[in-house]
Amino acid sequence: MATPKEMLTTWDKIQFGAVLPSFEDPKTKKRSKFHSYNYKVADWRVEKPVFNPDLCINCDFCWVWCPDSCILVEEVTTKRGKKQAKMVGIDYDHCKGCGVCVDVCPTPIKSLLMFPEHTPIEEALAQWPKKEDKKKD
Amino acid sequence: MKKITNLKEFACTPDRFLGGHRLCPGCAHSMIVREVVNATDDDLVVSTATGCLEVCSAIYPYTSWDVSWIHIGFENAAAAISGAEAMHKALKRKGKLYTDRPVKFVAFGGDGGTYDIGFQALSGATERGHDFLYVCLDNEGYMNTGGQRSSSTPIGAHTTTSPRGRVSYGEKQKKKDITMIMAAHGSPYVATACPSYWKDLAVKAQKALETEGPTFINALSPCTTEWKFKPEETVRIGELAVESCAFPLYEIENGTKLRITYRPKKKIPVKEYLGAQGRFSHLFKKGNEWILDLWQKQVDEYWDYLQRREECGV
Ligand code: SF4
Ligand code: SF4
Repeated sequence: MATPKEMLTTWDKIQFGAVLPSFEDPKTKKRSKFHSYNYKVADWRVEKPVFNPDLCINCDFCWVWCPDSCILVEEVTTKRGKKQAKMVGIDYDHCKGCGVCVDVCPTPIKSLLMFPEHTPIEEALAQWPKKEDKKKD
Repeated sequence: MKKITNLKEFACTPDRFLGGHRLCPGCAHSMIVREVVNATDDDLVVSTATGCLEVCSAIYPYTSWDVSWIHIGFENAAAAISGAEAMHKALKRKGKLYTDRPVKFVAFGGDGGTYDIGFQALSGATERGHDFLYVCLDNEGYMNTGGQRSSSTPIGAHTTTSPRGRVSYGEKQKKKDITMIMAAHGSPYVATACPSYWKDLAVKAQKALETEGPTFINALSPCTTEWKFKPEETVRIGELAVESCAFPLYEIENGTKLRITYRPKKKIPVKEYLGAQGRFSHLFKKGNEWILDLWQKQVDEYWDYLQRREECGV
């Protein structure tokens, strides 16, 4: 009987009733050229979201609601030994600029804001609204 | 069973539905799909009826799925998944399965493929008692083909086949109550859900997958293109629908035990939900006030009905 790995190589190796695993290797997440992950939809965007890591509280709201799965998170272990996802950035290859992530971001001054596509990230970060009359907590 | 406690932990899940698909910016379909397929670690076999989700996630030669996926016609997502499930069962009985990992079967269909065209297949599969979960992505119309009405379109909504005009106020019929119809099939678990309440949806999906037998989830999927609101408002529109009780969240076990899973702290007037969408804008013109009143009356009555059912445990 063919192994799952062999079954992924060519169609005639696929057995009846076989359930193909998601990846060849879950660690490296290798995907074929036919996966839409290798297709870019960046040109759909007029405005892009910019991420400000200094304000982010890692609530992951943006992760769960981004329709294009392009909020990049990193798994970290907290001091109490719990695993949690840390927001690290945006996958600009698949972001369509819908703005959902900005809308759901709960920090008093948003950690994500929309800027025109051509604005460089540094410039956008420099223009970020400041905490004026908001008290630190 | 994977434990879903908080979002920080849930977000560590490797995504099984990835970007690069061609759904509109801000589409709620992919939010629902991600919340469902990421809710379990088991292997999945997914079938998808023709609709936005299918055409956008499988444009030749690409696929956006990291799970086994069957594309099938408009009418038979439930039939395809019940066939796959029956084969899996038969191979298991004969000892011919190549894996011991648990496999779950899920079908996705839009409201056109569920309420109208796919209904007989779904009804049949439920009646035969296959072990699968059917998720209806309810965007209240045939949005893939340009926004025609379906039996899910609520009263007063403008669609291309129920257009508003000098005389017409849009759709004339009430939204069909598919969840109750599925409950009446005696399905062990049916529920309504909304992607704006991610935990509610993920937990319901998990519960449905764990339940043996045909289960059904009707998920509201706000459609930015045809409901006519800005793409970034998707999550907020879903919230308005639930907070105004226009789309109440509940679950029914075995067709007889209803439980309301989310109660708005303060019920907001349904006008706020309708007013946020362009497809209802004509209802706010002079002469159409009676539809708004009718809407509010229907929503109140239905909410009362649910509460009474929950109280009596039926
Ligand atoms: S703008 Fe939309 S697609 Fe882009 S990261 Fe935000 S939610 Fe995702
Ligand atoms: S929603 Fe805002 S605060 Fe939460 S993780 Fe995303 S960027 Fe950070």
